[in-house]
This record gives sequence, C-alpha cells and structure tokens, in this order.
Amino acid sequence: MTGFDFSNYNRNAALHAKGVPLPKATSTGTTIVGCIYDNGVVIAADTRATSGPIVADKNCEKLHYIAPKIWCAGAGTAADTEFTTALISSNVELHSLSTGRPPRVITCMTMLKQHLFRYQGHIGAYLVVAGVDPTGVGLYTVHAHGSTDKLPYVTMGSGSLAAMSVFESTWKPNLDRDGAVALCAEAIKAGIFNDLGSGSNVDVCVIEKDKPSQLLRNYIKPNERGQKERNYRFPKGTTAYLNEKVITKEDMKKYVTIEEASGDSNLMEVDM
Amino acid sequence: MSSPFDINGGACIAMVGKDCVAIACDLRLGMQALTVSNNFPKIFNYGPSTFLGLTGLATDVSTVSDLFRYKVNMYRLREERNIAPQTLANLVSSSLYEKRFGPFFVSPVIAGINSTTGKPFICGFDSIGCIDFAKDFIVSGTASEQLFGTCEGLWEPDLSAEDLFETISQALLSAVDRDALSGWGAQVYIIEKDKVTKRLLKGRQD
Repeated sequence: MTGFDFSNYNRNAALHAKGVPLPKATSTGTTIVGCIYDNGVVIAADTRATSGPIVADKNCEKLHYIAPKIWCAGAGTAADTEFTTALISSNVELHSLSTGRPPRVITCMTMLKQHLFRYQGHIGAYLVVAGVDPTGVGLYTVHAHGSTDKLPYVTMGSGSLAAMSVFESTWKPNLDRDGAVALCAEAIKAGIFNDLGSGSNVDVCVIEKDKPSQLLRNYIKPNERGQKERNYRFPKGTTAYLNEKVITKEDMKKYVTIEEASGDSNLMEVDM
Repeated sequence: MSSPFDINGGACIAMVGKDCVAIACDLRLGMQALTVSNNFPKIFNYGPSTFLGLTGLATDVSTVSDLFRYKVNMYRLREERNIAPQTLANLVSSSLYEKRFGPFFVSPVIAGINSTTGKPFICGFDSIGCIDFAKDFIVSGTASEQLFGTCEGLWEPDLSAEDLFETISQALLSAVDRDALSGWGAQVYIIEKDKVTKRLLKGRQD
C-alpha cells in the first residue's frame, strides 16, 4: 500500500466539528465462524451486508482469499476487510516467493495484527484467519485494535453470540470434516435467524491437509425468494419522454481519431 | 447540520436486463430545500458502453467525475484501449479507499457492457470504496430507500431493452416523487451491445 491520502481530512473534520455526522459505511453486520478438525480447518460466513438498517447486499462474499491454503473471514467495515485482506494477501505472496516456502498462517496473522495495531482500531476489520501450513492447522481471530486469539473454535461479528451458543452447546473434540462443516453451518444459521445484522446464505471454506482448499459458495440457501406469481411489466410507451438520442457504434467511429494501430493489424484488435 | 449526502439531493439507479443494462438519474441540484438547478445530470460516460453515476455532495460529484475523467484518459493512453466496466469498478474502489480517512461524500454506481465478454455489468459502492456486486439492480442517493422498494417490486430477470426502459423509468419516477430532495426530471441510458439510447424523461417539476 502506498498509504492513505488525507487531503479531504481537514475539510471533513471541520464539517464534523460543525455537527455533520460521519458518512455511513457499508458494514458486514455479520456472523463469521471457524472450527478446526482432525485434518484441517473450516471457516464459514453469512452473506448479508448492511448500511445502517438497510440491507445493502443480500449475497455478498465475506470469505477472502489470502494464499492457496490460507483464507480469511471478515466482519466490521466492509471496505476495510476487503482491502486489508487484499494487502496482506499480496505481501504474503511476496514473502512466500522470497523465502521459497509455503506461507504460514501465523505469519499472515502477525502481518494482519501489526497492520491493524498501527492504525489503532481506525481500520475496522475483525477477522477470522484460518489455514493449513507445514506446521499444521491454524485458526486465529484478529480484532481491529490488533489483539489476537488462538482457539479450536471461534466466532466474530454481531452474530458471534448466537453462533458461539451453538459451538458451546454442541462442539466436541476430534470432529471429522463433515462434522466440522455441519457445525459451522449450524452456527452461521443461528446468526442468520437470530441476529438482525446477519442473513441470507451460508458460505463455507474447507482447508484440508494435502488437498486444495474448497470454497463452498452458498453452501446452504435457507432464505430463497419464491418465484413471483405475476409481474408488473409495463406496456411499451408507458413512460413519457421529451427527448431521445441514439448513439450507435457506427456513429462513434466518427469521433475516434485513430482507426488503425501501426504495424500488423492482426496483432491487436482495437475494440470499440 | 444535515449529512453532506443530503444537502444537494439526487438519485441514481442501475439495472440489468437481457444483454442490456440501464442507468438513470434525476436532474435536481438543491441547497437544502431550495432548488438551484433542474439540469444537473449525475451520469458520466467513460467509454463506448461504460457509465458512472454519482450521487451525494455536488462539489464532490464534480470533483470525482473530473478525477475519473483524468484517470480513465490516462488509462486509455497507456493501454491503447477503452476501459472495461469491471476495470473502472476496481479503479473507483481503490481511488475511494485511498481517501479512507477523509472520504468524498459520493455513492457511485457503474453500469456497462464488457466489450470482450459481451456481458452486462453493474455495481455500486459506499463512500469508502466497498464494492456491491449485484446481479439485479443498484440504487444510490437521497431516494435510495424508496428506490430499494420500487426496484424490489418492479425488477424481474431477463427484461428486454424496451421493457427495461419502462421498468427503470417507472422505478425512478415513483421513488423520486416520494423524495423531496430528488426529481425535477430524469435521464435514462439504455446500453445495448452496439447502441446506447439516451432519453430525457418527463417528470414532475415540484
């Protein structure tokens, strides 16, 4: 990251001092969970994004790729989870290229916590980091202020209490793959139905030793909208308009100054 | 003092149809309850079939649209090709996130057809660059709550270009009539594979 640009900061701070509220960012109200098992680790998330009380996105992706065998679930400010994971993913890849070794989950977790601690909680990313590396299975939570936890099962986000109640009542040691996936899905469902900030579908990611990671997008869809019985399609000509301008691709050629690329015209197709 | 997003007013919306997309906006520019102009379009063109809608604080709408005109022109000179809607989406996202701690008060919307794949594309953003990829519709502006309602009711999959025009127009007109800060006419772009139709809608002037 080249860093943040604070050029609007003083203007916005002056506005804020006059009583202007801060802009509402899309937050992933979210239930995210993770659970280790015999041979790997499972993380899962719901798919609702909210902006205040409004559901901004009914099927967003909260499971982020870090490395082939490290994935991250994000809660908190949606833009922050998206960009911090992308940044760390990039740095983890460069690190693995320079060391010539597969990246470790603990390395990734340390890079995340150091980045977040530097910003003193202003980057609102709450993450569950999970993966498999040569040292074994890893599962961590990282808070926006930089604190971390290492546990056999974890939950985060506004639905964390609902999800944790499932883990605390039904988790048992030595789970197998299917047991861990089912338990995580059940915990997310508890969040979807009991937490207002979480909803829609269940996304799952399974990371197993000696196997490629599996992203099970929309693993369970417990909230599908029924087919509409009738439609509200308007007859043509319903909307009155005062003016119409049609721009065809042919017309556009008139405004393009360069028609042909120099050299072999087969080398490049100039698309319009 | 009210939120910077609500000072000037305005609404924008994008919808997907069958092999086509539509993007529409109202034309009002206000200062609180006083209407200053009824000809302030909020949709900007960045390529043959790539459009960006911007609602929010008008000064930032102008600044951001000019900033992307500069960035997209530089991209076209460097790459010697037009920018794809997906590429513009990532450019908008990273440009807005760069200003994470001093954001522009805008809610952008992108609509376009990818010239390589021929697939329709729409997406929306919050003011700090979080992308909302939707396969149905995107709304933004002071009438966004009303627009969510009208779109959720009127939109259906695989609308033809003609049907999409009627649907997006009625969704926008109905929504802005219930928002005091939006309205005063509207503009609609229907984007098809090799044709763009721009229409000026007859809307209430109150």
